[in-house]
Amino acid sequence: MDLIDRELLNRVQEGIPVTEQPYAELAAGLGICEDDVMARLRSLMEAGVIRRMGGVFDSRRLGYKGTLCAMQVPQDRIEDVAAVVNRYPGITHNYLRRHAYNMWFTVLSRSQEMTEGILAEIKKDTGIENLLNLPSRRFFKVRVKFDVKKV
Amino acid sequence: MVFDETDKKLIVELQKDLPLVSRPYAVLGERVGLSEAEVLERVTSWQESGALRRVGAALRHRAVGFVANAMIVWRVPEARIGDVGELLASLPEVTHCYERDMLPEWPYNLYTMIHAKTEDECRSLAVKLSEMTGVDDYDVLSSYAELKKSSMRYFVE
Repeated sequence: MDLIDRELLNRVQEGIPVTEQPYAELAAGLGICEDDVMARLRSLMEAGVIRRMGGVFDSRRLGYKGTLCAMQVPQDRIEDVAAVVNRYPGITHNYLRRHAYNMWFTVLSRSQEMTEGILAEIKKDTGIENLLNLPSRRFFKVRVKFDVKKV
Repeated sequence: MVFDETDKKLIVELQKDLPLVSRPYAVLGERVGLSEAEVLERVTSWQESGALRRVGAALRHRAVGFVANAMIVWRVPEARIGDVGELLASLPEVTHCYERDMLPEWPYNLYTMIHAKTEDECRSLAVKLSEMTGVDDYDVLSSYAELKKSSMRYFVE
């Protein structure tokens, strides 16, 4: 990655213009040509630096409810429990954390009933009853932006 | 907010990678049966209403050096939760900040996510945030493995 790639990454995290020629607009800001912007983005996607490049929606405004859940999973069962949890498309993030509650995942669905259905299935299929369900009550911030110039 | 069937189709397309062609919104329009101008109009109106946060790139943060992340859970007195939440949310190191229901077996009500280059850096940041907010009842849950990380696909089921 050269300096232009880094600056481009900072800018496309902020937002890609919603205009007829968004890459030409990005290119003008960077002093390079439109084809160069598209080629650089293509390589950054192929290299896996960019995970996704598209619309980022506010799930609540699309009518989806979100919650955070945690389970205490024995070390030797992590793989099979993760296989159960990860099969739901609405479970988008699942992390192991250093705590007695070691498996933490987020659930998005269209209703509380659907979320409860998913959690009941997870408990049944894993045999682990102790599951924290922590629905969000108030939202203060979501803004994931990494300053790649500082890296 | 109400979305018609064409809106939903366009939302599904917009969640895929934006085509790397000179006029990508025209390509989305072709897929859903709208003109480029109609696509731009709808997408802009969603941006204005807040339904669409942005069209943008999500990075694999491990690929750009931010390998450590921690969730800090805070127990904040009910009366202070608004002020503390806003203060923490205003900091660039904090990427997510939510108030959540407190449970008897889990007595924390404010959640922040932080990202850094090392786990130690996450821990010193937590100390700094505690000093700033005056909230000293907290726990730092460092992540040590990512089992799943994907983007939500709305309106596909």
